[in-house]
Amino acid sequence: MIGINHYLVLSAILFAISVMGIFLNRKNIIVVLMSIELMLLAVNFNFVTFSSFLHNLAGQVFVFFILTVAAAESAIGLAVLIILFRNLRSINVQDMDSLHG
Amino acid sequence: MIENLMVKNPFAYLYLSIILAPLISSIIVGLFGFAIGKRASHSLAILGVFIATICSYIVLYKVQCQNLFYNGALYTWLTVGHQSFVVGILIDKLTSIMLVVVSSVSLMVHIYTVGYMAGEEGYQRFFSYISLFTFMMFVLVLANNFVQLFFGWEGVGLVSYLLIGFYFKRESAIFANLKAFLVNRIGDLGFLLGISLILAYCGTLNYSEVFNIAPTLANATLPGGFNLITVICILLFIGAMGKSAQFPLHVWLPDSMEGPTPISALIHAATMVTAGIFMVARLSPLYNMSYTALSVIVVLGGINCLFLGILGIIQNDIKRVVAYSTLSQLGYMAVALGCGAYSIAIFHLMTHAFFKGLLFLGAGSVIIAMHHEQDMRKMGGLAKYMPITYITMLIGSLALAGIPPFAGFFSKDMILESAKLAYQSGLPAGWFAVFTVYASVIVTGIYSFRLIFMTFHGEERFRNSHGYDEHGNGHGHEAHSHDGHHGVTEVRESPWVVTLPLILMAVPSVIIGWLGFSAFVSNSVLADSVFNIGWYLSHIQDEVVMPVQMVIHSFSELPVYLAFAGILIAWMCHKNPAFTEKFVKSIGPVYTLLERKFFMDDLYINLFAPAGRGIGRFLWNIGDVVIIDGLVVNGSAKVVDLYSKILRKIQSGYVNSYATFMVLGVIILLTFCTRLIFN
Repeated sequence: MIGINHYLVLSAILFAISVMGIFLNRKNIIVVLMSIELMLLAVNFNFVTFSSFLHNLAGQVFVFFILTVAAAESAIGLAVLIILFRNLRSINVQDMDSLHG
Repeated sequence: MIENLMVKNPFAYLYLSIILAPLISSIIVGLFGFAIGKRASHSLAILGVFIATICSYIVLYKVQCQNLFYNGALYTWLTVGHQSFVVGILIDKLTSIMLVVVSSVSLMVHIYTVGYMAGEEGYQRFFSYISLFTFMMFVLVLANNFVQLFFGWEGVGLVSYLLIGFYFKRESAIFANLKAFLVNRIGDLGFLLGISLILAYCGTLNYSEVFNIAPTLANATLPGGFNLITVICILLFIGAMGKSAQFPLHVWLPDSMEGPTPISALIHAATMVTAGIFMVARLSPLYNMSYTALSVIVVLGGINCLFLGILGIIQNDIKRVVAYSTLSQLGYMAVALGCGAYSIAIFHLMTHAFFKGLLFLGAGSVIIAMHHEQDMRKMGGLAKYMPITYITMLIGSLALAGIPPFAGFFSKDMILESAKLAYQSGLPAGWFAVFTVYASVIVTGIYSFRLIFMTFHGEERFRNSHGYDEHGNGHGHEAHSHDGHHGVTEVRESPWVVTLPLILMAVPSVIIGWLGFSAFVSNSVLADSVFNIGWYLSHIQDEVVMPVQMVIHSFSELPVYLAFAGILIAWMCHKNPAFTEKFVKSIGPVYTLLERKFFMDDLYINLFAPAGRGIGRFLWNIGDVVIIDGLVVNGSAKVVDLYSKILRKIQSGYVNSYATFMVLGVIILLTFCTRLIFN
């Protein structure tokens, strides 16, 4: 029988993978954006899980909001990325260290 | 506070106007002197002091005749913990005497200055300064606590500094005022330490409270086994040594003659330099408790009295002769203090203020007539041209030499008497006091009449003074060298503004001894404020005589003959210059010793000053540059720099590493919080 714990563990694994994606990624900014999306999906997964187990639809409604925001966010993220590439001729994470102390 | 006082004491306005009148006139003249002009400036300054003088005489009358004393606070200046520093007024018999002396001499000098400084640059500035000085002196005299005493003490020192350097374009004046300032700092350090000790052990700075507490501390000792009262008294006397030019801090006074003559009379003869004497007399209850301190005072006073007096004999600058005689007379006062005859010291202070002020003003009058020539070798024969100056200065010199019945005779004779008494009663160093005061009676006679003979008698050397000054030590032309060496052809008596103060000062120089003698000897005039020491009291009970008897009696005693002998020596040396020259040659090394002022100046300039500068340089190079700048300031900056060099490595500039740290931080925080909540 698949219980709530399995769902929550899966959600946590997804979240951990996305965090690691941000930590360990040294190459491409697009991967960072993807990791952020995955992070949001992990959260969504949590929402759906609890909504289902608690018989409360509010959680699933929230998921739709989050999906909308995530879509808008990745749209803006990609737009920023394009401007960045136009200026730096690179989307390499390694090159973006102007905050270096 | 002030209003309370007004209700309680109807004479408070009187006391306040003594202090405030000179201050207000000083401020107005100082700030608006140029706007209101010379005439208004000097009128205002004289008016201020005149008001103060009138009030002082009223106070004298009220205190001496009606026993109307006052001791209270006017205003609380600041409060620190339980200790409050107040501006207070103490009116007692000693104050009343000092007020009259200070205000009278100050008034005379104010009037005199109108004539002396006429046409000089900085006329208004001068009046502003001397009015300010008068104010500061009143603050000092009227103080009822040590802080205010110290304020006045520093105030008069400041004005003295400003006035010695009055001709601030002249190199020697700047040197002299710096010297006076630095030497006084040494004294003031001692003074401040003394005050601090009093505050530490008595817990109060009010005179009367300190005097009440002091007997309980008679056997108190400081760490190291020194008697507390002795240390306090000696430290306070170090302050007096600076201000009253006692050996070895006397070196500034002769140089202070760089200032204009009126201030030499007011500050460096009559009033400020006697502040130390006044202070010791004021604190007589303390000093009576320490014979050690009194012995120190006697020895230093004796040195001043005799050895610095001798230096006066070889000076050629007319003002310096008077300056050295001031040192010598201050020595007399110190001896009287040390012998416990405080009232006699104050008596001599009073007579000295008048006759020494007179001598300085007379010297100034001569200097005006000689067109700012101060070298006595270029004077001579002035008596018939300047009769008023001559007669008044003669009176001053007779008083100084202690010839009866002039004022100085009474006070000086009583000092000799008290020295003898202290010796007989077994004061340590009493013999030294007796020797020095008797010997310096001769010395006083010599230098005071050498001045008279060289200036007013003999050949009229001012007509052909060209080339006279090539041989000789030439103190005269360090000062006023701007006037050149031209001979003076026409000599006139000074104007009335100069001669009037001379006459007005000559009168007390004659009569004040008669008036004050009995009262000061029996101490009735200073009762309850100055307490003479036991041996003096017990003796003087059966010794109180009338002045006339005193004069008659004096001719059967030694001092008068010593004084006459001094005058005779001066006269003989004046009549036989050849003999004098031979005598000087025969005592060559001694003469050199005197000429170099016992090498005291050299000692300071070549030993103490370089030593002080050396310590300063050491502290600068090691303490400041290495320790403070290098170790503390730059060191801490370097430590910060080092750590930041390590820490900046964390700032990689990569967003993902920041995110990593953030998440790690969140994890740590969450772990911590969870533990906190669930345990």
